[in-house]
Amino acid sequence: MATEAKTGSLAQVWSGGASPYAIGSKKFGMWLFIISDALTFTAMLVTYTYLRMSTATWPTPFHFSPSIIFSTVMTLVLLSSSLTMVMAVHAMSHGNRAGVVKWLLATMAFGAGFVVLHMTEWLHLINDEKVTAFSNPWNEPLFGATFFGITGLHMTHVTIGVIYLGIIAIGVGRGKFTYEDVEVSGLYWHFVDLVWMFVFPLVYLMSVKMH
Amino acid sequence: MSEHGHNEAHAPVVTTKLFLMVWIGLLGLTMIEVLLAYEQTPLTVMLLLLIGLSVIKAAMIIGYFMHMKYERFSLKMTLFPMCVFCILMMFVTMPDAIRSLALRP
Repeated sequence: MATEAKTGSLAQVWSGGASPYAIGSKKFGMWLFIISDALTFTAMLVTYTYLRMSTATWPTPFHFSPSIIFSTVMTLVLLSSSLTMVMAVHAMSHGNRAGVVKWLLATMAFGAGFVVLHMTEWLHLINDEKVTAFSNPWNEPLFGATFFGITGLHMTHVTIGVIYLGIIAIGVGRGKFTYEDVEVSGLYWHFVDLVWMFVFPLVYLMSVKMH
Repeated sequence: MSEHGHNEAHAPVVTTKLFLMVWIGLLGLTMIEVLLAYEQTPLTVMLLLLIGLSVIKAAMIIGYFMHMKYERFSLKMTLFPMCVFCILMMFVTMPDAIRSLALRP
C-alpha cells in the first residue's frame, strides 16, 4: 500500500486507499489535533513565563506542604497513568481485550485521582491562601488568572480524557474498536501528560515558597 | 479494511521492560526537578534547567509512549516544526522578560 503511494501517479495516491506517513487517518488526525493543542498551551505557558520572569514581586505561595507535595504526587500519578495507558495499547496489539479494559480502567482511575488531588489543591489555595482567579493577598492581578487559567484548561483536558477512555473501554469490552482506536486514545492521554510535564515546573516549581 | 490490517501489522514491537525503564526515568527526572526548585539558583538558570529537563521528559514521552520513535521520518518532520516553534517562542520572549525586569526601578 505504501509502495503504491510512493511510485503511483498523483491520481492513484489521492484516489483513496493510500495511507500518508504509513499511518491511518484517525491517527494522523489525532496528531494534527495534538500539534494545534500543543500550540495553544505553548501560547499560555510562554505568556505566563514572560510575566513570571519580568515581575520581581511575583508571588511564591507554594509551600512544600501541601502544595509541592500534592503537585509532585499529581505528577507521579499522571506518569503512572501514562504507563498504564501504554500497557493498554500493548495489550490491544496482542488482541487481549480483557487486558485492554483493565489497563484503561487503571488509567481512568489515575486520571480521576489527578483531578481530585488538583481540586483539593485549588480549594486549599482559594480557602486557606485566599488566592482566587480575581484577587490574591499580594495584589498581583495576573497571578490568579494565569494559575487558574492554565491549570484549569489542563484539568479540563484530563477530565475529557477520562470520559474518552471510558467510551473506548466500554467499546473494546463489547468487541468494537480496533487497535488504531485504542492507540489514538493513547496519543491524546500521553499529550495531556506531556503538557503537565511543562505546567508543573513552570507554574509550581518556579514559585516555591522558600523558608 | 486494508488500512486497518496495515496498521495492526505495523504495531511497534516494544517490551514491558522498556516502558518500565522509561517510566522510572521520567520519575527520576521529576525528582531532580523538585530538588532543583529548592536550590538557591538565579531565576534564569532555574528556568533554563527546568525547561531543559522538561524537554527531555517530553522527548521520552513522545518517542516511547507515543511511539514516535518507530514512526516514519515524514511524520516526525510533521511534528518537528511545532517543537521548533515552541522552543523559539520561549527563547525569543524570555530575554525580553529579563530585560524588562532590569528596567524596573
